[in-house]
Amino acid sequence: MTEMQDQIKGIIENEDVALFMKGTPQFVMCGNSHRALEALRRAGAPVTAVDILPDPRIRAELSALSGWPTIPQVFVGGELVGGADIVEELEASGELERTLREKLGDEYRGAGEERVVAVA
Amino acid sequence: MTERLEGLLREAFPGDEVAVEDRTGGGDHFQVTVTSPRFDGLSLVEQHRLVYDALATPLTDGTIHELRIKTEGSS
Repeated sequence: MTEMQDQIKGIIENEDVALFMKGTPQFVMCGNSHRALEALRRAGAPVTAVDILPDPRIRAELSALSGWPTIPQVFVGGELVGGADIVEELEASGELERTLREKLGDEYRGAGEERVVAVA
Repeated sequence: MTERLEGLLREAFPGDEVAVEDRTGGGDHFQVTVTSPRFDGLSLVEQHRLVYDALATPLTDGTIHELRIKTEGSS
């Protein structure tokens, strides 16, 4: 496994909610990344965002790990939840909140601030 | 391009309801909707994976810049 893949795997496994996106929450560069981020915010998820744009290898290594071809990708408790369409659908039905509570505990809303980590 | 994607989806989901919409008219942003009994009992991630598998070529050759997916089971 490459060092970058190791780093990505670490983020997926260690962060409560990992969002791999184009841009950052402060400066979103893609409509679908925006949709996923907003759905997570509505559910009160403690988002750790990773911008995949600085290096094309990030996206390649991520998709090799997850088997998911598109961006954004959302992981909760180490498990792939899906892309923008799925996250929006799960948020609308209330299932996203249920998953967050199940994986992170009832107090997940206070679990952390939105933050950005870099892969290099 | 819409026809090409529809063809690929029909091959992967024979006899099921598939629809492809070119969202911007530019031939690279698509909304696809598939209704199939094959989705029954599968998680949304598994359902979307089946659609991604069907569209693997246009997804990797750069044809599709953005893909929105809606899947429905038979029930």
